Amino acid sequence: MTKKELFDPNPSGLIEHDHNKDGIDRRGFLKCMAWAGTGALCVMGGGVLKSYALGSKMGSEMKAHKMGQLSFVQISDSHMGFNKPANPDVIATLKAAVDKINALPEQPEFLLHTGDISHLSKPSEFDNVDQILKATNKEIFFVPGEHDVLNDDGAMFRERYGKNSKGQGWYSFDKNGVHFIGLVNVMNLKAGGLGTLGNEQLEWLEGDVKHMKPSMPIVVFAHIPLWSVYPQWGWGTNDSAQALSYLKKFGSVTVLNGHIHQTMQKVEGNVTFHTAFSTAFPQPAPGAPEGPGPMKVPAEHLRSVLGITDVNYVQGRHALGLVDSSLV
Amino acid sequence: MKRRLFVSTLAVVLPLALSAVLLLYPARARSEGKSSATEVQIDNFSFGPETLTVPANSTVTWVNKDDVPHVIASNDGLFKSKALDTDDKYSFTFIKAGTYPYYCSVHPKMVGKIVVQ
Repeated sequence: MTKKELFDPNPSGLIEHDHNKDGIDRRGFLKCMAWAGTGALCVMGGGVLKSYALGSKMGSEMKAHKMGQLSFVQISDSHMGFNKPANPDVIATLKAAVDKINALPEQPEFLLHTGDISHLSKPSEFDNVDQILKATNKEIFFVPGEHDVLNDDGAMFRERYGKNSKGQGWYSFDKNGVHFIGLVNVMNLKAGGLGTLGNEQLEWLEGDVKHMKPSMPIVVFAHIPLWSVYPQWGWGTNDSAQALSYLKKFGSVTVLNGHIHQTMQKVEGNVTFHTAFSTAFPQPAPGAPEGPGPMKVPAEHLRSVLGITDVNYVQGRHALGLVDSSLV
Repeated sequence: MKRRLFVSTLAVVLPLALSAVLLLYPARARSEGKSSATEVQIDNFSFGPETLTVPANSTVTWVNKDDVPHVIASNDGLFKSKALDTDDKYSFTFIKAGTYPYYCSVHPKMVGKIVVQ
């Protein structure tokens, strides 16, 4: 929040949106991105995306959250083992994320980790993350990032985190009337391509949601974005459109991803796409001339570009509330 | 007796070792000079050069200069490295002429090819 003036040219209130469409215009979208980086609340309701700066107009929204029937937190891209200049101490920042979670006024029921738990798929890296996350006292659901399956096609990952999963590690579960689907799109990647779900997983997904009522809220979580953020850098998934076609009948679909180490949101019809902060290091905005590698920011700014996502579901509302909070 | 054997052994081994060093040194210097032509640098999520042309029986070495790991994998499965962390290297010897496209199996947008003549 300290660097708010850098990001926020319009501190007075709502972002702009197009009333004639369900989505938002590009300008509104970009503003939402910018606000999210400083700690913002984006709520999708009745086809209109609203965004409030944390601590300003969000009193009424916070009341809604208190009545919320389900609250959980997404964390992502811990990259345990990374020690380059972009963040020489990923242990400290993951611990700061845990402190942030433990300080939330409404405690989440569980955590989702959307992959890149480790940097090099080493057992010691997974051990460190497990040890640090234990301090949340929460159940944690994981999907792998490409850094978690580097040398063994994910065998160790599944042994640790996917004992009840199908295929290469996908699974689904219900919590408080919300259906959660964890997908794997970081394996069997083909030359020149993007993230891949594959036919076996797509068939499973189709069957998983076939007999579900359209009123069931759906949360899909996977590492690489299931929307086309920036294909030139591989920030997208080849066969995500087919996966989403199975979810068309549902009134509320929330897609949570990581991988790109920055918050972004897009709304398309009934689907809200959202990417989370990393807890380790930021990456540049899509298309930035320096390329997609870890981005070095001044040390005193690092924790303002890392963070967590708090997600709240209130029964009867169209969409889930997503609050991105930076570590400071 | 033992001592004499040791001395005579030394007398034989030392000149041999010396000449070996003399023989090998220029050879090593030569191969070092050549190595830039058979090295692919991985930098900022790309292979440099993207297309590398080498004679048959060349050993190509990839060096990862990025802050993130990469995996070298040929499109047809002929070769695949372990995850290469920063400054890690991987080498493969190309015996036969042909074109060998490869990519990073972690970041598949990264592609390159080795042309063996």
